[in-house]
Amino acid sequence: MILGGGVEASLFTDIIFWVIAISSIIAAIAVVQLKDLFRAALFLVVSFLGVAGLFVLLRAEFLAAVQLVIYVGAISVLVIFAVLMTADVEEGNPSHRFRVPVGIIAALFGAVAIFVVVATDWNLLEKSDAINNAAVSRVFENTIPTIASLLMRNFVLAFEIASVVLLAAIIGALALIRER
Amino acid sequence: MSLENVLIVGAIIFSIGLYGALSKRNAITVLMSIELMFNAVNITAVALSRYVVPAGLAQDPQASTDEIVNFLLTGQIFAVFIITVAAAEVALGLAIVMAVYRNRDSVFVTDVNLMKK
Repeated sequence: MILGGGVEASLFTDIIFWVIAISSIIAAIAVVQLKDLFRAALFLVVSFLGVAGLFVLLRAEFLAAVQLVIYVGAISVLVIFAVLMTADVEEGNPSHRFRVPVGIIAALFGAVAIFVVVATDWNLLEKSDAINNAAVSRVFENTIPTIASLLMRNFVLAFEIASVVLLAAIIGALALIRER
Repeated sequence: MSLENVLIVGAIIFSIGLYGALSKRNAITVLMSIELMFNAVNITAVALSRYVVPAGLAQDPQASTDEIVNFLLTGQIFAVFIITVAAAEVALGLAIVMAVYRNRDSVFVTDVNLMKK
């Protein structure tokens, strides 16, 4: 495996990719299929961890760290607390009567998406001669300074609006949960 | 590990999340499935930003280094904002679930049918 900017294509990264991908898909299936809600929440954490691993393989280390802190650290704890405070243990996690048609729709959607992915002729970075590949490698060697400068320059309006969205979410959650 | 493989993994996780969000009665499972879908979209955005030539760069191959940098990492910036919105969404969603549970003593979405009556 070449550390640095290049697109890795070694057997080692392939094996790691497939292990992470398959475990994260199995964990996702467990989330929607398990009867026990608490175990489903724990498998959701496994799936989040797998996605963080995929981010590392895709050279998005900053996003992997953000994924660990926000999803694995915060959102999963929130979900587990919600499960513990509302659980109707004997009722389990039932589907409603549209389960089969919904399953067919989801499978069709997945099939169409996979077909589109396979059939599209992607304009890949590694195969394109016109692009300055040295600059591309330098970007992916360390993405954090670039992300910081992009957030503070090109996307600064979206960045500030995101903070307003988070403030609104805090106030909204407090207002909803307040005892009357 | 190629672009197609990563995108297929994203599509499969998105379909699983879609199935869970539409077929389950428990509101917390619906929220968890929506989180799975957010994650699948994030994988797709990051993979595209890693492997594909950005459209702006394809039109202008002689772009300067700064422009290359800006074009290449847009997918990761997109994923950052998706994660932000997902965090806000799950906090509000779980607050709504708790409020419904307190008022109607149920977390099943099929029991929240006040507007149907």
